[in-house]
Amino acid sequence: MKEKSNVFLMQGNEACVHGALYAGCNFFAGYPITPSTEIAELLSRELPKRGGVFIQMEDEIGSLAAVLGASVAGAKAMTATSGPGFSLMQEHISYAYMAEIPAVIVDVMRGGPSTGLPTLPSQADIMQSRWGIHGDYYPVVLAPASVPESFLFTVRAFNLAETLFTPVILLLDEIIGHMREKIIIPPEQQVEVVSRPHPKVPDEWFYPYEITPSGISPRPSFGEGYRYNITGLTHDISGYPTSVPKEIKEKLDKLKRKILNKRDDISTYDAEFVDDAREIIVAIGSVSRVCRSVIRELRKKYRMKIGLFRPQVVFPFPEKAARELFKRVKKIFVAELNQGQLIYEVERLAPSSAKIYGINKYDGELITQEEIIDAIREAD
Amino acid sequence: MPEKTNIYDYLRHKKKFPTVWCAGCGNGTVMNALIRAIDSVGFKKDEVVLVSGIGCSSRMPVYLDFNTLHTTHGRAIAFATGIKLFKPHLKVIVITGDGDALAIGGNHIIHACRRNIGITTIIINNFIYGMTGGQVSPTTACGDYTYTSPYGNLEPQFDVFRLCDGAGATFFARTTTYHVIQLINFIKKALLHTGFSVVEVISQCPTLYGRLNNMPNPVDMIRLFKNNAIPVSKARELPTESLNNKIITGILKEENKPEYSELYSSRVKRVSEEVKSER
Repeated sequence: MKEKSNVFLMQGNEACVHGALYAGCNFFAGYPITPSTEIAELLSRELPKRGGVFIQMEDEIGSLAAVLGASVAGAKAMTATSGPGFSLMQEHISYAYMAEIPAVIVDVMRGGPSTGLPTLPSQADIMQSRWGIHGDYYPVVLAPASVPESFLFTVRAFNLAETLFTPVILLLDEIIGHMREKIIIPPEQQVEVVSRPHPKVPDEWFYPYEITPSGISPRPSFGEGYRYNITGLTHDISGYPTSVPKEIKEKLDKLKRKILNKRDDISTYDAEFVDDAREIIVAIGSVSRVCRSVIRELRKKYRMKIGLFRPQVVFPFPEKAARELFKRVKKIFVAELNQGQLIYEVERLAPSSAKIYGINKYDGELITQEEIIDAIREAD
Repeated sequence: MPEKTNIYDYLRHKKKFPTVWCAGCGNGTVMNALIRAIDSVGFKKDEVVLVSGIGCSSRMPVYLDFNTLHTTHGRAIAFATGIKLFKPHLKVIVITGDGDALAIGGNHIIHACRRNIGITTIIINNFIYGMTGGQVSPTTACGDYTYTSPYGNLEPQFDVFRLCDGAGATFFARTTTYHVIQLINFIKKALLHTGFSVVEVISQCPTLYGRLNNMPNPVDMIRLFKNNAIPVSKARELPTESLNNKIITGILKEENKPEYSELYSSRVKRVSEEVKSER
């Protein structure tokens, strides 16, 4: 018998679903919203086949609440949404960060503000993913730029959520979500899949939010013994609300440390033609694909020494690599589908010797190769 | 008399008592009744999950030695839905207040009623927002005074039973903090009910609601509950006009309908069998 092929032509949204299932996702709660709905539709078919749970909740607030409830009970849980729904989810992203609950939140970016452009692309939620919640926050945000990456980054999003006990955001843009591309689904076990660690101590020594050097404190699921309290109030190591200054600071330091300590492992990036580059483009997602042709064209036609820096993980921003690179270049172009968001990270990290230019498009269409080339050639 | 319960076994001793509640508050009475009910039905501590939102009543779970999840304002039922669906064998109980369940959480309670998911929800209704210092709530009576209805409340109040009944709840009981034995029995029945069960407990907030409405003494408020309570069987025989300002107590609704997490499990079983037979 002929072996079943593992080569597919599929959308980024579909690849995200396959990635989730590959990673062992067994719970999805969501609310319909364009352009992310395919993720919910496909999971409503696939999860019941595998004994998983799919539920369409009454709104996005309830969706992330159900996801976090399931995660506390031991599920590998995910939700998917877009701009307005992502706004509604911010309070629970905040809760998951404080209470240290693993979850994957997919935001397929569409044009905003408000209801905006439901079917048209944008990258205008970059800063919402960074600063959307109230309170100090160190998010983990992944931005795939292709259908295969949509698969792989979803697996990685689950791995990071489970090992770091934190919500992880997968930032797709409408183009990546709806574009069809070839993908080879890897066989089982080829891509690493990890599950959350369990406490190594007996119940009587167990503290659910113990202050550890790594900032990570393994917690079992509800129903496995080890009865403990989870709260969004600032809490002590037992999970009980506290207003003791030392305990408050220790908790917030722990949350920050557990992400930033692992920054070098988390913050992956892609760099092309950067070795001799005197100019560089910074871009993520669909725009970075346009930029790949742009740098080739500019190198071939105009002999420009130009490269591309593409954060695969937007937050924590690949700071070390970016600083290193920005030191060596004269001009930095930040191309994005918004009025200028990613550029803030670049401005923060670039030395004053580098000139920074924003190349922005926010009219509901993807930026073209010509537009970027013109902008770069016109820059003085 | 209920059987003897060792309340102490159910409390978290590492947690610093006393509670955050004011003297004379009804929340402690409900906590006491909840412990006795859980003990009496024989649920194991490891299988009980208490979920709460935000407000005075929602502070209850932290004192109790179960799996406890203190969530965001109004969303406890949505969190509980995720827990129940993923681990249907867990006994999921939501502790909430009138503002938490019926104002900010109104959307979630009606949909939980509609789904008939196996969660017991205890609504401690004290007619006011206590935690934030005494603001008007969806159950504040028309004309009553709070710090955000200083000239008297203009809005009519929710009838919690009619709301839940209309949305499809399969069990609804109402009692007060005066009727403690009845409260224990109603919580027991709710815990054993298959499907979404609601127990509304009329409770006193002497510090805010009482002081602002000429009942600063908790005993006066509890006495009022005693005098105003009418069992549902009696109330059904009386003309509607005579029921104004009365508290209709009892099991107002109890019916058997398929429970959502069970329905979901059997659907999953059917679908996965179909998939297997296709292979």
